[in-house]
Order: sequence, then C-alpha cells, then structure tokens
Amino acid sequence: MRKVLGFALLAVLTATPTWAQNINAAGATFPYPIYSKWFDEYHKAHPSVQINYQSIGSGGGIRQLLDKTVDFGASDGPMADEQLQQAGFKILHFPTVLGGAVPSYNIPGVSAELKFTPEALAAIFLGKASKWNDPAISGPNPGVKLPAEDIVVVHRSDGSGTTYIWTDYLSKVSEEWRTKVGKNTSVNWPVGLGGKGNEGVAGLIKQTPYSIGYVELIYAVQNNLPYGSLKNASGEFVKASLASVSAAAAGAAKSMPDDFRVSITDPPGKEAYPISSFTWLLIPGQIQDAGKRSAIKDFLAWMLTSGQQFCEPLAYAKLPKEVAAKEQKAVALIQ
Amino acid sequence: MATAPTTAEAAGFPWGPRALIRRVRSGDELARLTTLVFALVVVLLAVMLVEQLWTNSAEARHRFGLAFLWSSTWDPVFNQFGALPFVYGTLVTSALGLLIAVPLGLGAAIFLAELAPRSLSDNLTFLIDLLAAVPSVIYGLLGVFILVPLMRTEIQPALKRALGFTVLFQGPLYGIGSLTAGLVLAVMIVPFIISVSREVLLAVPGDQREAALALGATRWEATWKAVVPYARTGIMGSIFLALARALGETMAVTMVIGNNPRISASLFAPGYSIAAVLANEFSEATGNLYLSALIELGLVLFLLTFVLNGLARLLILLTTSRGSVVQT
Repeated sequence: MRKVLGFALLAVLTATPTWAQNINAAGATFPYPIYSKWFDEYHKAHPSVQINYQSIGSGGGIRQLLDKTVDFGASDGPMADEQLQQAGFKILHFPTVLGGAVPSYNIPGVSAELKFTPEALAAIFLGKASKWNDPAISGPNPGVKLPAEDIVVVHRSDGSGTTYIWTDYLSKVSEEWRTKVGKNTSVNWPVGLGGKGNEGVAGLIKQTPYSIGYVELIYAVQNNLPYGSLKNASGEFVKASLASVSAAAAGAAKSMPDDFRVSITDPPGKEAYPISSFTWLLIPGQIQDAGKRSAIKDFLAWMLTSGQQFCEPLAYAKLPKEVAAKEQKAVALIQ
Repeated sequence: MATAPTTAEAAGFPWGPRALIRRVRSGDELARLTTLVFALVVVLLAVMLVEQLWTNSAEARHRFGLAFLWSSTWDPVFNQFGALPFVYGTLVTSALGLLIAVPLGLGAAIFLAELAPRSLSDNLTFLIDLLAAVPSVIYGLLGVFILVPLMRTEIQPALKRALGFTVLFQGPLYGIGSLTAGLVLAVMIVPFIISVSREVLLAVPGDQREAALALGATRWEATWKAVVPYARTGIMGSIFLALARALGETMAVTMVIGNNPRISASLFAPGYSIAAVLANEFSEATGNLYLSALIELGLVLFLLTFVLNGLARLLILLTTSRGSVVQT
C-alpha cells in the first residue's frame, strides 16, 4: 500500500518538465520550517534543482528511504545499527540543525523560575516525587515556597523527536529510568497525561494547575512559555537558548564519531544546555543518478555554509563550526 | 433452473440471444453490469483492507499470538505490545457517548418529527445537519478549551461529591479523561441520531398515527406506542451509524482522553482509544515489530466494528420479529 502510494506520488512529482532536477525527500516534522526555507532558497539560487520535502515524521522518513521511494530521508533520532544493517545499502547521517526540550510548568502562586536537577526531573517523571514540595525539587530552589500539591505530569502522546531527546537525557542521568522506561519516540510512561503535539502539551500545562511537562525549545520561545533551567554535567544551572544549545553541540564536537550518529544530551561544557540534539538528513552512500548525486552533494555543501544564516531567524540553533567542517569532508563520501 | 426463465420472463426480463441484444440496446444490461461492478468494488475494498492489515501485522501476530488481545502493556522501547487498554478505552468512551446521545437524540427526533410545527422542524433540522458536518478537530478544540476546564472545576467535583462512593467517580480530577471523551463523542454523534431518526419517523405512514388516535390514544401515546415501534429498525440503524462513528473517532478523542494506556475503573482517569494511538504513534514508529503491532491494532478495531455491527444486525432481527408478533 505504502509502495503504491509512493509510486503514485513519484509519478505525479516527476511529471514536471524534464530540465528540472527533481529530488524527493521525506521525514522529520521538527526541522520542517528550516528545511522548507533551505529548499526554497536553494531553488532560488539554483532554479534547475527542486527538492520536495514531505514532513511525514521521522519514522515515515526512514521507512520511505528504506523502500527507496524517496531520494533521501530526515530523522530526529539517528538510525539504529539494526536498521542500518537491514537497509541493504549504505546510509550517511548529516546533522543539520539543533533542537532542545525544556521543562515547562504551571504552579499557581509560584512566579519564580525554577531550577531542576537531573535527579529531580527523573523523580518527577518516574512518579517518585509526587508533591511539589518534595526535597529533590525544593532543594535547589531555596527562595521559592513550593506547595504541598500533587504534581501532574504531562508528556507528548504522539511519537516525536522531542520525546526521544527528553527520554534519552533521562536515560543518561537515571539508571532507574534507563532500565524501566528507556528512550524512544514513544515510551511507556510511568505517570502522566498525554497531549498531542507541542501545542497539546502546552495547552494541558496551561490549563492544569500544578502540572509540569516538556516542550520543544523553539515552541516555548515563540509562545513565551515559562520554563525552568537545568543543572548540566558541569554542575551549572543553564537555561535553554539557541546559544546554550549550540554550546552543547560544540561540547560534543570533540568526540563526534565519523558517522555523526551521536547523542549530545548531558554533554560536557559549562554553558551547555543538557537536553538538546541534532536532527539529521539521511543520505544514501551511493546515488546511481549522476544528476541527483551532484545536486544533493551541492545542496549539502551549500546548507553547511551559506544555508546556516537562515537558522537563527527561524529560532534554530546553528551547527558548531567544527561539526560543519567535519560534515563538509563527509559530503565527498557520497558516490 | 427450468422455471427460472419463465419467472424472469414473467417479470419482464426475457432471456435468449435476441432478447439479450434487445436488452443491451435498451440499456438495461449495461446498467446492471455497471452497478454490479460498483457494488463489487466496495466488497473488494473491504477485502483488500483486511488483507493488507492481516499481512502487514504478521510480525506482531506471530510474536504475541492471541495474547495481544488481553495483554495490557504497551511499551515501544522494550517491544511489548498489548491491545487491551485501547480496546477498553474505545468501548468505554463509545458506550458513554451512546448512553448520553441515544436518549437525547431520540427525544429530539421525536419532537422534530411528531410534535414540532413543520417550519420549526425544518429549520432546526438544517442546523442539526450542519452540526453533523463540523470537522472533528473543531469538536476536539471546543472540548479542550471549554469542556475540559468546565469538567475540572464544576462537573467532576460535583459528580465526585454526589457519586464519589462508586469506583466510577474517584481519583484526581484532571478535566481530561474517559468521561470527557465520552461527552465529546456524545455531542458529535447526536446529530446523526437526530437526523436519521427524524427521517425514519417522518416516513411512518399517517395511517399508523390515525389508527392510534382513532382508538382514543393521546398524541404522546400514539407517538410512543404506534409510531416509534414502527420506526424501530430505522432508529436502531441511526444508533449503529453513530456507534460506528464513535468507535473510529480519532482527532477529538485524542485531544481530550489523556492518552494513557492504563485500564482504570474511574471515568475521571485518563484512557486511550485504538484510533487515538494509531494517530499518535504511527508516523514516528520506526521498528518493524512496533509498526506491525500498530497495524494489528487497526485490525482489532476493524474486527471490533465488524463484531459490533454483526451484533447490531442480530438485535434488529430479534426486535423486528418480536414487533411483528405484537402487531398481529
């Protein structure tokens, strides 16, 4: 069924004039605004190349890439070893921009910005700290009078990259979380209510007194949601921002593996915000069609240099220079 | 076989080559074949749907077997999948929706068809038909922004005070949950019940009313004892159409149900429905087993609808035969 649909889509999309180099891609929804901006700007600079991107979700992007119904995919989480082996062809990961997840809360009577330790967050989301005045939460917030009310945990109900990095972080800082819950785009939540999308979670937090949940950093910034700061691996309390998210990536750049499949949650660095992640383009290692190959390679090179200027106006954190430079070298590996 | 041509001939459909040519020329045969193809397409679609769901859920079916139906863990990280909380949530919210919508819808339909002046009835029906066409996401948004706060601050505390001694109305008050989902579903399906039931009631022959009135029945007695029983099959049909919509409703339910795959006796607790989990998790499901478990959930929903519709037909058969006994 998917294949049939894919072919139908291809048939429609390839019915445009032959001089245009049409490239089809599908995947993650989180970077969709910057991707559509990039593909649009690139098309303006190179009118012969048209990249069509379907933001159907990371899972769908990976599946369509494996079915070869798209030329490349995009995902908020790196592909697992098992998936790469199943693919039957080489797939390269290219980090594009960064995203972060922030704890947002609604406690009537508390206007101060809360500070969270990794232990407190894990305890809250495991359901072990059930009241706001739990010492794990009140400890780092000495001036704030927290009420003895039940905590209402809110999480994403739809599978999402934001859930992936949130649970990836909790898995790193809490052994109990790692063994009991684990990390994925959807998990078996020990407690809480599920809201659909960032707007669903934000809506539930806004409406439910004494609630806490996590939302995508860009969404929180654009909608002026209050959110707390987090204690990072260096022991500093850092509030999420484009700069602190980029700092997290820079901290991880030194240990960046050659395939770029790296989790940068809980990274080293004093200014680094601990819950952030790359989002990736998934490019086949070998592209048969010479026209498509050169177009994709040229787009990647453009994205890593001129393309970066479009990130911050759209509130995406830029790639650190070291990472962009390393990716430039990897572009040459596409054959 | 030998008698078939004669009966067909008697019915005005002569057989034989010359007759066939005549019929093709007159368009009858063409119309018969065309409509036959249309009818077969519907059957074919249903068969292909089941076939696709069946083959694509193979991995999950082999892994979990029938235990999938009564296992209650849904854990994409550790690849443990069970359908029970979703089946439970689907049935509970649909049942709640029907429980509220059926008396309301039937009452409104009786008023519109039997008691209201014709002009008022027509205008109101126009509005009700409009309600049936409102996209479900609108109902979901109304649910989230108006019903949920009202539930949390007014309705749920009142229910808890009055009925808190039963297991159905206990636990923390979030505003969202199975009860809220059932209420939203009730609002969504009530237009279907009203609209179809009204049509059915209007189609009841006037003789039926006049006979009852002639026997000395009051207006209400004539309606309740002579008209409504006559229209019973059609009213049942409207209820099952509404049930089908409630079972498959996705967007509005996922916005207010709380999306938590746990089975809880309390109607205040968050729940989950099959359609909601499919909408939520399908696009980001990466593992093969995970995906095939989601597709198997789709299969379960299809079978659930199938079984409930079968039961509905059975119920209609039983009630109509009883009705005819009463009539003779």
